[in-house]
Amino acid sequence: MKVVGKALPKVDAVAKVTGRAVYADDMLLPRTLHCKILRSPHPHARILSIDTSAARRIPGVLAVITGADLPIKFGILPVTQDERALEHQKVRYVGDPIAAVAATEEEIAAAACDAISVEYEVLESVMSIDAALEPAKDERIQEYGGPNNVHKFVALEFGDVDGGFERAKTTREDVFFFQGNTHLPMEQHSAVATYVDGKVTLWSSTQVVHYVHRALAKVLELPMHRIRVIGAAHGGGFGGKTDPFAHEIIVCKLAMLTGRPVKCTLTREEVFYAHRGRHPVLMWVRSGVDGEGRITAMHFRSALDGGAYGSYGVASTFYTGALQTVTYDIPAYRFEGCRVFTNKPPCGPKRGHGTPQPRFALELHLEKIAHDIGLDPVELKRRNFVQPNTRTVNWLRITSCGLEECTRKVIDASRFHERRRGGGHGMGFAISSYLSGAGTAIYWNDMPHSEVQIKVDRGGVTAFCGAMDIGQGSDSVLATIVAEELGLQPSDVRLVTADTDTTPIDLGSYSSRVTFMAGNAALEAARKMRAMLVEAVEAGGHRYDDVTFEEASVLAEARFGTLTSAGSYTPPRIAGPYKGSGVGPSPAYSYSACVVDLDADARTGLIKVNKVWIAHDVGRAINPLLVEGQVEGSVYMGLGEALMEEQAFRKGLHKWPSMLEYKSPTFLDMPEVETFIVETIDPEGPYGAKEAGQGPLLPVPPALCSAVYDALGVWIDEIPVTPEKVIEALRRKDKGEPARYGPPRFPAIPYPPTIKVEPPPKNLDGHVADQEGTR
Amino acid sequence: MRGEIARDVERIVLVLDVNAERRELLVPVHKTLLEVVREDMQLTGTKHGCELGECGTCTVLVDGKPQLSCLLLPIQLQGRSITTIEGMATGSELHPLQTAFGELGAAQCGYCTPGILLAAKALLDDNPKPSRDEIREALAGNLCRCTGYVKILDAIQLAAERSA
Amino acid sequence: MLRLPRFRYLRPKDAREAARMAADLGPRAMFVAGGTDLFPKLKRRQFEIDTLIGLDFLPRSVRNGTDECVIDAGATLAAAAHDQHLNIRCAGYAQAAGLVSSPPLRNAGTIGGNLCVDTRCNYYDMTYEWRKAAGFCIKKDGDICLVAPSSPRCWALSSSDTAPMAIALDGMVSLSGPDGERELPVAALYRDDGIQYMAKQPSEVVTALRLRATPQTRSAYVKLRRRGSIDFPIAGAAIALVLHGDVVSDCHIVLSAVASHPLEARAAEEFLKGRPLEPEAIRQAAELAAKPAKPLDNADLSHFWRKRMVRVVVEQALRQVSDQQAGLGG
Repeated sequence: MKVVGKALPKVDAVAKVTGRAVYADDMLLPRTLHCKILRSPHPHARILSIDTSAARRIPGVLAVITGADLPIKFGILPVTQDERALEHQKVRYVGDPIAAVAATEEEIAAAACDAISVEYEVLESVMSIDAALEPAKDERIQEYGGPNNVHKFVALEFGDVDGGFERAKTTREDVFFFQGNTHLPMEQHSAVATYVDGKVTLWSSTQVVHYVHRALAKVLELPMHRIRVIGAAHGGGFGGKTDPFAHEIIVCKLAMLTGRPVKCTLTREEVFYAHRGRHPVLMWVRSGVDGEGRITAMHFRSALDGGAYGSYGVASTFYTGALQTVTYDIPAYRFEGCRVFTNKPPCGPKRGHGTPQPRFALELHLEKIAHDIGLDPVELKRRNFVQPNTRTVNWLRITSCGLEECTRKVIDASRFHERRRGGGHGMGFAISSYLSGAGTAIYWNDMPHSEVQIKVDRGGVTAFCGAMDIGQGSDSVLATIVAEELGLQPSDVRLVTADTDTTPIDLGSYSSRVTFMAGNAALEAARKMRAMLVEAVEAGGHRYDDVTFEEASVLAEARFGTLTSAGSYTPPRIAGPYKGSGVGPSPAYSYSACVVDLDADARTGLIKVNKVWIAHDVGRAINPLLVEGQVEGSVYMGLGEALMEEQAFRKGLHKWPSMLEYKSPTFLDMPEVETFIVETIDPEGPYGAKEAGQGPLLPVPPALCSAVYDALGVWIDEIPVTPEKVIEALRRKDKGEPARYGPPRFPAIPYPPTIKVEPPPKNLDGHVADQEGTR
Repeated sequence: MRGEIARDVERIVLVLDVNAERRELLVPVHKTLLEVVREDMQLTGTKHGCELGECGTCTVLVDGKPQLSCLLLPIQLQGRSITTIEGMATGSELHPLQTAFGELGAAQCGYCTPGILLAAKALLDDNPKPSRDEIREALAGNLCRCTGYVKILDAIQLAAERSA
Repeated sequence: MLRLPRFRYLRPKDAREAARMAADLGPRAMFVAGGTDLFPKLKRRQFEIDTLIGLDFLPRSVRNGTDECVIDAGATLAAAAHDQHLNIRCAGYAQAAGLVSSPPLRNAGTIGGNLCVDTRCNYYDMTYEWRKAAGFCIKKDGDICLVAPSSPRCWALSSSDTAPMAIALDGMVSLSGPDGERELPVAALYRDDGIQYMAKQPSEVVTALRLRATPQTRSAYVKLRRRGSIDFPIAGAAIALVLHGDVVSDCHIVLSAVASHPLEARAAEEFLKGRPLEPEAIRQAAELAAKPAKPLDNADLSHFWRKRMVRVVVEQALRQVSDQQAGLGG
């Protein structure tokens, strides 16, 4: 291959290194008005009245709107349409939007917000999972869901779980807590809208132009063809810009009212309130293993602190139980999940969506089992690795799987088994897996998940696709695939992306889907285009490789007229036959293995990470530079979550909504990373490619905690691993108590009876599962 | 906070050397350099992430030294020389740092990139062959959430090697 | 974007004029030098003013004598951190200046500004909207301390890295008031109160800092913070001492970020005087130094842990000076 597999610069590199890339807040349309949003100062309150008259009188204020102007509810999932762009009846967290102002200057808009009087009836707030499981003192946060402040229950059982536990030689139970944290993109969310000739155009910093398009149509009550959503250059998402947001709807409404462009850029503090970040999850896991350390059964319980609204929460809940089986061969599996509403900014998808938390629990739980039975943890995990071309007990289809090779790479490179121990030095190992795109769309439909059109005219190639490049390099992947097929360089391919007027659909940059899905769509479109070019060239008696692209395109245009081609991708229907089976299936899973080396100071509890080795099975690296970038960035974010990042609350408020106090690692806090790319050439990925953007985050927190155990002999069963937790665990160890810091118990949750699902037949997909001993 | 905007806006004639061009503007005295550069000069290559001096995103060079434009008052900079990302290339020829950042994938979302490039330029102007740790120290005020900093370090080292 | 409030800007030609302007205008006017502490607080509406008085006239040089170093208040933290002579004679001070916040901030922030840096508290260093939602605190717009509601006072923390070191180095600060100039020991510049944390008149301008820098003086500053950069101190130890042979003849230990003022660890100083600087003495001195520190739950990480860490930073700083060669700054 000529360009696939080459470490080429990103197609937008020059725009980004010269400051030319236009992010939403960089747009300076003439006559732009500036929007500010008044937000709730109470975590839970009924709104008795809103008086905007003083705000309207301020010179320079052109419009003030409240919830009465935007009463229709929306939400990313069809089952949880529970948000309003502006709330006029009840606020559910500090930061919930109440009113918005458009003014000639941002400072005037801010002063106008301050001049709005709101009368509240303050309600008792619910700030923890435990509190949400109790009856509400005043009233529940949302009107729907389970008992008390429960949002969602999931209870599934695959195979003979009780029998599996009976067969076990050893069983063990553990409780873990994964603290919530936030994406903290460097770019604060920003949106600009215009309303011209009855048509709304929105430029936004979003990962999902299509879902924003749908939400706007619903709330603004406009047909979709009168709304255009364009993804501006994107300053970082990580899942935080994957919901339709209030400010996106508000600027459209204000543009419609004023007839002028309206811009809203959130402050950093507001970004913390927009959130949709990592759910805090409390987890309980019980597993049985036989005499060889093979898992006989697993029972996993999760409780997610969802914040005030649904967001992706139903999917997040399922995800806390879905992918345990994709790395380890678990013959019988019971999962009980529960999401509760609390009076905090809503949680949603952050890098790894709902799976880093259970991965953390699972990896540490297996480490502990290995210690219990006197087996090397790496060996215990290896004995349970899934095999390629198998189905899991919960019906997930595994095709390519580089788990074993990833493990070998990091274990060998780090000299894990020859490691120096003692004196506070330790190393830890963990593995993980993630989706290459969700197998089902967010709203049920039979249409493709991604579509690409290609236009060739007189030597020029343009590819059109709805995919949104959020910095991960999806534009470069598209250009590379088209270039490869047509015999060009990526820089020869012009791209039009993420514009609902001019590009065919792509569902967005979430669930690590773009390389796989838009990539396959691009591949199909490019191959069709190539076939036309080849046919025209060969009809002229030449070989395609012997003529220039320009010559080929002239011949083809002369022969066929306008040269366009299209490709699309629809994931295979591989979900299992049970309710809830839509969360978890993916056309391919990536695999990662990681070793963390650190020094932990027993006196201070401070941890210094020396180095991280990570291997990632990406199927095929379409551009190894971009894959390494995704892997290194994932390691960084995983370390941040493991050591310091924390969305904490105090007295009903976000404790520290600032870049200073919400700690994210600096240049000086980041260790060296050695990355290994493992290629397993997935049968369905474009050129065999799978995802790289999320999976490599997952093994980092558990590997870090197991390294802390290696170094100090204490388990830190919750993250972030702050020094005070390490000190407390060491104190307990010294006193002869369990050498651990973590949640003492898992609450009694009234899960419904489990839905019992038969495991899939052995050769469901026509593959004969690899025989034992053949790896 | 209420009533604050009732106060009159004091405006000043600001004279700066911006990217080697003399600029004269009438600006409100209470606008920061960040706001003036982006809004009054339309040099939107300078980004912002917190406006409180906590993230480094808005870094520009003042007389060759990296400073946080969100915490600079233009009136205190009268007559001084400012370099923004738009002034880093020479004509259409990229600065070696820009080339290296592109080649090694040191810019992902690209939002912290202008500030980091300028801080790196100041470092190399002062210390053409920095060690990896010296680069870390010099850039410790610039946060990035995408890259894990690895490729940024690599790119700065590459640019330094090439310039040597 | 968070923006500054509207204000007018005055440009006095010297410190005396600046002081007179401040005296005339009262609390609705404030001085600005580097602005790195002031501007965030103006944006968050922690300070409410009509007028800024620019201290742009302040000289910015570092002058090194045989027994002392004099630093103009307008010198940037970066300039102080990089000054070669200062790194030799007042190593701890250069170290402290170089550990303030982050490199680009140090290119603007001044040494005078860092001496005057406002006390901090994570109930106070928040936006107007956040403080309104939390209920305003006694330091700004409210009447109770949210950290210690039963206490009548404000417990915001002195968060200067350089002030403790300046005190340890017997620093003298030059002040210019409306009616004249005076010199004050840096230690006398502060009060044990989160709100009225400075003992100088609000109209007095800090114009210079004079540090003792005998060839025999060794000094070091150890700063504790979560990350390698950007963060304010959550504990810090500034040490300056003189050894006669192995024996400590003079010693200053001043802590940062454990009280509303830089906290002088007198008992530890007395303990060390006349003793050799050996590991056991260091350990005991650190123990004594940590005793008066009473961190509260208003900064990063738990106050229990921060309290525990005071000993550690003092020990680390003492070990640093013990390893140094006198007057050569390690």
